[in-house]
Amino acid sequence: MAADMRLLGLVEEFVSGLQDGAAKDLATGVIDGKCTALEIVEALGKCLTNSEPRIRSRGIQLLSQVLLLSYSSLKQREVEALAIFYIDRLKDHYIITPYVLQGLKALSMSSVLPEGLAVTMLKALFQEVHVQSLMQSDRHSVYTIISNLMDTREQELKSLAADFTFGFIQAMDGEKDPRNLLMAFQISRDIIVNNYELGNFVEEFFEITSCYFPIDFTPPPNDPHGISQEELVLSLRSVLTATPRFAEFLLPLLIEKLDSDVQSAKVDSLRTLTTCCRNYRKKELKEFLPALWHSIRREVFQTASEKVEAEGLAALQALSTSLSKSVIDSDAEDSLDAFLNNVLQDCKHHLCEPDMKLVWPSAKLLQAAASASYRACSKINSCIFPLLLEQFNKHKQSSQRWTILGILKIFIKLIQKWDRDEEDENPLCAFKDQLCVLVFSALTDSSVQLQMVGTSTLAVLASQQDLLSSSDIELSVDHLNRLILQEADPQVCAAALEASTIISAIQPSAFITKMVPALMQDLNTERMEVKDDGEPLAPSGNALHQRSIQALAAISTHPSIVKRTVPVLLQHLTNLQKGTSGNESDMAILICQSLQLVAEHCRGAEESSQYFHQMVVPCLLGLAIQTAVQDCASEIRLGILCEEQVITAFGTVISTAYSDGETERASRTISQIVALYLDGDVSSLPENNLCRKFQPFQSPDSPWPQTQLIALLQAAVCSLPKNIIVPQQERLLERLMELACTSDHRFTYTSAAKCIAGLINKYPAGEQLDSVLQDVLKKIDSGLERNAGVCAQATSRTRVFTLLLWLTKSLVLRYHSLAATLTDKLIQLLTDPELGTEAADGFSVLVSDSSDVLNKATHADIRIMYRQRFFTENVPKLVQGFHSASEDNKSNYLKALSHVLNSLPKQVLMTELPSLLTLLLEALSCSDQVVQLSTLGCLHPLLLDATQTMSLHVDTLVNKLLNLTSSPAMKVRIASLQCMHALTKLPPHVILPHKPRVIQALAKPLDDKKRLVRKEAVRARGEWFLLGSPGS
Amino acid sequence: MAAGARLGEREPPDLRQKLGAALSPPGSRRRRRWDTIDNREIFDLIRSINDPEHPLSLEELNVVEQLRVNVVDHENSVSVAFTPTIPHCSMATLIGLSIKVKLLRSLPARFKVDVHITPGTHASENAVNKQLADKERVAAALENSHLLEVVNQCLSERL
Repeated sequence: MAADMRLLGLVEEFVSGLQDGAAKDLATGVIDGKCTALEIVEALGKCLTNSEPRIRSRGIQLLSQVLLLSYSSLKQREVEALAIFYIDRLKDHYIITPYVLQGLKALSMSSVLPEGLAVTMLKALFQEVHVQSLMQSDRHSVYTIISNLMDTREQELKSLAADFTFGFIQAMDGEKDPRNLLMAFQISRDIIVNNYELGNFVEEFFEITSCYFPIDFTPPPNDPHGISQEELVLSLRSVLTATPRFAEFLLPLLIEKLDSDVQSAKVDSLRTLTTCCRNYRKKELKEFLPALWHSIRREVFQTASEKVEAEGLAALQALSTSLSKSVIDSDAEDSLDAFLNNVLQDCKHHLCEPDMKLVWPSAKLLQAAASASYRACSKINSCIFPLLLEQFNKHKQSSQRWTILGILKIFIKLIQKWDRDEEDENPLCAFKDQLCVLVFSALTDSSVQLQMVGTSTLAVLASQQDLLSSSDIELSVDHLNRLILQEADPQVCAAALEASTIISAIQPSAFITKMVPALMQDLNTERMEVKDDGEPLAPSGNALHQRSIQALAAISTHPSIVKRTVPVLLQHLTNLQKGTSGNESDMAILICQSLQLVAEHCRGAEESSQYFHQMVVPCLLGLAIQTAVQDCASEIRLGILCEEQVITAFGTVISTAYSDGETERASRTISQIVALYLDGDVSSLPENNLCRKFQPFQSPDSPWPQTQLIALLQAAVCSLPKNIIVPQQERLLERLMELACTSDHRFTYTSAAKCIAGLINKYPAGEQLDSVLQDVLKKIDSGLERNAGVCAQATSRTRVFTLLLWLTKSLVLRYHSLAATLTDKLIQLLTDPELGTEAADGFSVLVSDSSDVLNKATHADIRIMYRQRFFTENVPKLVQGFHSASEDNKSNYLKALSHVLNSLPKQVLMTELPSLLTLLLEALSCSDQVVQLSTLGCLHPLLLDATQTMSLHVDTLVNKLLNLTSSPAMKVRIASLQCMHALTKLPPHVILPHKPRVIQALAKPLDDKKRLVRKEAVRARGEWFLLGSPGS
Repeated sequence: MAAGARLGEREPPDLRQKLGAALSPPGSRRRRRWDTIDNREIFDLIRSINDPEHPLSLEELNVVEQLRVNVVDHENSVSVAFTPTIPHCSMATLIGLSIKVKLLRSLPARFKVDVHITPGTHASENAVNKQLADKERVAAALENSHLLEVVNQCLSERL
């Protein structure tokens, strides 16, 4: 009884006192089983039968709110009684209807709604309620009820047959709110897709949805509902294209809307056409094909917009595809054939017209139609190839030939799209000879453009299965040889290299017999630099060697070729040591680049990759070690293989080989390399009769030519995928630490530091890592301490600093907890009198990608957004440090800051920059060019986007920027002039007072000694002249 | 050129291919100490000036061509000849003025700028040349706000 009393109290409170909170309490009661919904109805009793509609509405409102919260705990019996009650209430006064709909919405979500009630509910809804005279939210309730019932009671609703569809048509007819439309479109689509009966209402149904097409909706600014035009367009399109039964109405509509002047309407129509073609076949399309083709052709020929053109071509392809899929009736004509005839007829003559105006649009249309199916492609090709071949021979100008060959290339390429049966002859066979003659004539033409397109066409032709004969291929290789070794234009040579790469993968034998020997011969010919002024265009001997080396790499696409090209490259590398011309090291680096390219080609190819590991890596190591060991005997002439750059180049090759994902091979050879370095075990090298022992870790006795080869060890062990464990890792780390802290050779200790960083980055997290790091940290701390009076300390502190820097980077990348501690140490070092500048530059190492270790290619553990995180964590510290630092150290902070700012994309920075503005303005006066440049880079986007904030500082900006226009560094002058140009975007009243002074000051850079600076000065000054002047 | 054009009507412009814009002028990146101002650089200054009547640039209309530009950096002299689209083109003075103003705004003050009509291509060649050569008349023309407005429109960067 007490419970009843409380219930009554709550009900009373709600109905009379406008206390909405009571509904929630009651709902909790129902969910917890303390009371039932029917008890609430009883408690409401009188107010549901009250003669005053307002009271009745209040009662229903309470009940509906309770139900909306508690519908899932209702029993079937209750749902039944409530549903009947609510259905009856639909007839009540109109101010009650919104609450009735809410109640029905709650009941429609109940899983225990008894059978038959859904139908009754909808019938009553369609009969009693005039949906479009309701408020938006109430209309939304109606759609939700329908949608809920369709989800769960599909069979029952289908028993209503077409009445359901008709009811819905009436309900949504005239809907205007985008939120409701999204729902209504969804329901419409479900009605069609789930095969509800449309009966006689197909046209009506199309009418009430298509009347929104094309959708033109601009969401109000700050729209809280976030509905975009795109959403509405897609959802309407899915209704209109859902069934072929709409075809007879939709296609005329699309043709009509294509005539519109609004570009978005055209695009929408074309996209809708493309979509509906997926379901349409000949039956639906046939009647409208001529009109559709007419509209598409007009759009492609006349439009200025690439978007419309692209959509038009896509629609044409879709039409052609759908016709290709249509079944051919035995009696009727082939509709695809007829359609393509139509297309060909309208496009063909444009290909033959002498002014060639509509050549490309026509070619694109034909291509789109042809790319639908093999049948379409054959049909168009058989007509187009003879025509284009004839046109090529008719036109004599190379620009016209260039166009025709370009089109031919596209059509040749198209044939590859489809698999043919083995027996089928390549459809190009009939034209093969003519095509070859044509391409070869293009290759010998004097026009660079024609040669280029000829080369790429040759590549496309040669990659066709069973088309070219072996003599054709050999002839092609001869031509490529000529282009690579004799052609003056570097673009043509590059195109020839590209074509060689493509063709060699398919036709390796011709390249082995023809190209490799030719290139080898070229490399072995010593050419004297003849200064022949008569023929300045021919590439010089040195440049030719470079081309041969590049070509050897370019054609290494097939294992059989790799085995021929790599020995040539390695032999040439060995021979270089004896050379005397002075450019050997450049050549050596070039060879290494080529070898690296080969290594990249080899990835995933089992045979070549294995060959590479067995041949190239030991050979490079052997060469380097042999030189290093010899040189310690006689320090007279250090070979090129001791040069830092060459060693680094070796490293890139080794690194590429080891970063390959193939684990088994790598883990086998890596242990040999580790043994070689730790124990001097040279058995794995090709020539191992060294005159001295190789002991790079015998620090400090080991001479630098040996120790610097740590760079190669680093290249190998730091490039391995994470799942390969480096053998003897702890011992290796220990030796590396020793070397990093004792060697006096910069390249050696930097390589050692990088190697440690690379290993630590991939070291599995855990106690062991922590203890290793603790040791390292202790060493670093003691190494960095400054002891006054020790002279040799400068080098040793730099060493330790290098280690700290790389270690920090390693940990920052993997979000290790110690990263912050280490970064703080670096920030502290900014005030160090000896290491301050180096520490400032070090920040660039931290935030930029390094080329050899700790990057993606070497499988380093790099968290995404690490730069953003580094920015948010450290920029406040740097800013604070800047403000408290003494004048001498301020520039270090600014420099560190500029490196960090420069590493982030400007869009990300835009939100942060205004808060850094005063600092940036101060940085403009800093004498360091790196700081100046990066600051100008930050200010430029701000000038364009944050005009309000920038206006406040216009005086400072004008002064400082003008000062920088006479900086000694060209880049600074250019950047400051660009900022001067951007200044003109500030509000006129702010900058106009400065106009005379700026124009006068900008006269000086007009006479700058550098052309690029003058160009920016002209742009900036011109814009300042226009400020506040009539006509600008 | 549209030599046989009827009176009072301009032939549809003969659209020449534009010079490759991506081409970086020689020597700009190299470490040469001084890039002398050459014909190409002067041409780059004036090629994009808009025609007062067409939505096209002077280069596209072939009013200016690189071979009609002559600059001697160390002698501080620039000479540009321009070719009106038809011999009776009423805009010739205005086009000449735009070229002149553009060069005055863009070149160091040490240069003496001479802008004239390609000999034999305009009916009142001498009169126009005289006006363009007269410093005071050029200055006076730019005092006229209507003329200045048209000139500025020709010199605005196209969007």
